[in-house]
This record gives sequence, structure tokens and C-alpha cells, in this order.
Amino acid sequence: MVDQDIRNLILDIIATVAPDADLSNVVGHVRLRDQLDLDSMDFLDIVMELRKRHKIEVPKEDYQQLATLDSCVAYLGPKFQAVTAAR
Amino acid sequence: MTAAERVVITGVGLTSPNGNTLEEFRRNLLDGVSGVTAIETRFMGRVLAGVCNFDEQKYQGKKERRRGTRAGSISIYCAHEALGRSGIDLDRLNRARVGTFIGITEHGTVETENEIDVIRQYDYDTRYWSHHHNPRTVANNPAGEVTVNLGLRGPHYTIGAACAAGNAGLIQGVQMLRLGEVDVALGGGVSEAIHSFGIFASFAAENALARHDDPTQACRPFDQARNGIVVSEGGCLFVLERLKDAQRRGAPILAEVVGYAMNSDATDPVLPDPGRVAECMSLALERAGIEPQDVDVVSTHATATELGDQQEITALRQVFSDSRRTYINNTKSFIGHAMGAAGALELAGNLGSFDDGQVHGTINVTELDPRCAIRNLVLNEPKPVEQVNTILNNSFGMLGINSAVVVKRYAK
Repeated sequence: MVDQDIRNLILDIIATVAPDADLSNVVGHVRLRDQLDLDSMDFLDIVMELRKRHKIEVPKEDYQQLATLDSCVAYLGPKFQAVTAAR
Repeated sequence: MTAAERVVITGVGLTSPNGNTLEEFRRNLLDGVSGVTAIETRFMGRVLAGVCNFDEQKYQGKKERRRGTRAGSISIYCAHEALGRSGIDLDRLNRARVGTFIGITEHGTVETENEIDVIRQYDYDTRYWSHHHNPRTVANNPAGEVTVNLGLRGPHYTIGAACAAGNAGLIQGVQMLRLGEVDVALGGGVSEAIHSFGIFASFAAENALARHDDPTQACRPFDQARNGIVVSEGGCLFVLERLKDAQRRGAPILAEVVGYAMNSDATDPVLPDPGRVAECMSLALERAGIEPQDVDVVSTHATATELGDQQEITALRQVFSDSRRTYINNTKSFIGHAMGAAGALELAGNLGSFDDGQVHGTINVTELDPRCAIRNLVLNEPKPVEQVNTILNNSFGMLGINSAVVVKRYAK
């Protein structure tokens, strides 16, 4: 699974959580909260969708790793690789 | 009563199974158009229900809707429509002086059933239970969603009043205006009941869930062949103002709320008590300062259960036995039982009679139950009358809660 695949999976989740948001120009290094008007409940939704769709757990102390799309890819990359390998 | 104490209706927003505006709703009541259809529900399969088809996105973003509830969405739609019709410009109003009072029969069962269904797919692991569950299921949810959406900062809460809730929400609005707590009140009721299988299952367990091959004929109050309730969703909110405020801004005045009453049977959880129902209607008339013969239309609560229909007619005979000009009708026969919304919708559906001079009928009566026979019960077709000036709207609920609201044509 390459970074672009992970990026797309994260954007799929954000499209569900924030269906009104325009995701066509999300900048990788800018905080998602600022670009897409996301709040703490939205991030809990993202955590829940990662759990439901991909069986990935994000502990509370790591929530800050989901701040930007780039940091999501960096943080979740190994987790996606791990769940893919376990299948 | 002074103009500062008199309260009038200056706007109506509604969604019912047969109409999403007051005009569409009224037209369909006069044309005999039912809004009952068949739906699939969890565990039970096909059931009959009243389903609303308003545009959820008209006043709400998709994310807001996703986080909230159907009852909240119905409330937001009705609030926007009602305020729009009233001509109130919220930007010129102190939003801290606007109150939101919404009657509900129940709230939270839909959301709880949904979450249980989610965790069932994950072997009942509660880590999959949504963090949205609490804000969705707090009892004030429908009213609170309205205030968040519209930025209304006055008091808001729901009123749990079983199926008398639509009247109760309106009454609370009137009272808060008279207390001087608010300058504008949104009052009425809503229901999302059809999204809960439990409500259908419970009525079925009581042998009180309507069945019919043709859904549009399923809800038949007073008919010999009636076999129970059609559960519906819907909502109706009234904009209420003190008469002097409405006059000052040249508001459209649809009716004046001249009387109301609520009381309790204090006898049985489900069986109504005609004596207390009669007392409730009489108290509402007394407060309105009118006699039974001054009432042109009684909008009945009757739900198409055998005993409930008969008990209400018994109460009506007690109060209106000498009232030859009072006509009696029923709106549930068109839309089913919209639970928390029922009282408000049924009042709204009759308001048009002030202008069109017709009393809409009670459809689906093929053979009148003789125990429900009463003078001037309007069956199947609208009844043209000389003029409608006064309407009494009944709404009752489980645990013996009764309500009656009296409205009059506004005369300058």
C-alpha cells in the first residue's frame, strides 16, 4: 500500500464525516481542522471510522497525529501495513 | 384580557405525510388525500406508516444532519418554515427573547435501536457505540437542534406529554409569552416514531397496530372495521406572539389562542377516562370565556382504537349535547398518528377553515361504529359551513394525559 492509497482511504473517511466539505484541494501540511472546519467530534468520527472500516485503533494520546493529511499518512501508514499483513 | 396577554399564531411550519406546507396539507385534507404508505422496518418487515418527504437539506447541511436526529431535522425544517411565514426577521430580533418549546411523545428510542444495531455487527463491542449518542438522545434534542441551527438563545426544551405533546408545546409557548419570559415562541410538536421498530412492535403486542391491504385505508377512526393505529412521523411548529407585538409589526395573524387546558385521568396507563376528557374540554372553554355552542369545529384525537374512539365520543356527547352547530372531524384518518406532532398538525390542518369555510372530513368511514355516532360528525367529504370562527383541538396520550386548545378567528 503506497502513501497515495492511504491518503485516499483517509479522504474517503473525511468525505463521510464531513459530507459538505470540498476535498478536491486538501493541502497535505495544513491542519485539517482549519481547512475543512472540523471539530473534536469530527475527529472522534474519523477514529471511529478507522476502527470500523480498517480495524485500526488510534489511542487518545495519538489523536494529534491526525492533525494534517500528511501526518495522518505518516502515522497511519505502518498501521495500515500491519492490518494488511495480518489478513 | 389585554393585548399584552392575548396570544396569536403568526406562522405555521409543518411537515406531514400528506404535505410539507400549510397550504398543501389543507388542500389534501379537503381532497381526501391520505399520506399513509407501507415501509420496511427492522425485525418486523412491512408495516404501515405515515412518512414525510420534506427536503432535509433545505435548511441543514449534510454534516449537521448526520450528527443529529430525524426529530431534530423535522424540527429545524418546521421552525424555518414557520418563521419565514410569520415574516419575522431574526436579524432584527433579540434572539435571546425567542423560546423553543417542542412536544414529544418519546425521544431516544430510534437512536438507541440504531446504536444497538451497529454494535450487533461487531459482536456487541461497545467501542463501536457512537459518541453522538448522548447529544442525539438527551430529551431536549429536537428543540436544542433548532436553537443551534438558528442561533436562538432563549429558553428551549421539549415537553414529554405522550400524544398530547403537540398541544402541550403550543400551550407552553403561550404561557411563556404571558409570563413575559420570551417575545416570540416556537411551540408545537414533532415525531420520528416510524424509525423505531419498538413502537410498532409494542402497538402490535397490544393488538392495536392497523393492518389493511390498501395503506391509504388503514387509518379509519370511528369505522366499524378499524383495527388500530397507523404510526406516523411529522412536525408542526407555530410562531406565537403577543397580540400587541404582532399588531405592531403588521404580522399575518392566522388565529388567536383563546383557551387551553390540560389534566390527568389518574386512573389507567392506557385506557382513557371520558369524564376527565370532558372536564379538560370544559375547562378550556371556560378559560376561553365561551360556551360549547360557540365552537364550530372539534378536531378529535381519535386514533382508530375501538375503546379510545368510543371514550372520546362519550366525552364529546357530555360537553356538546346541546350544541347543534358544532361539527366534529378527525385528521389522523389522512395522516395516521403523528404522535408528538399529532395535536399540532391536527390544529394546523383545521386553521384553513377560517378562510375556506369548510370542515374537512374524517375519511375511511365505510360503516360508522354505532357507538361512535354523534351529531355533525363529518364523514368522508368536507362539509361547507356558513363560517368557522372557533376550533377546539383535542389531543390525549398514554398515562391519562389530556389536552384541549381553543383558537378563534382573529377579529381586529
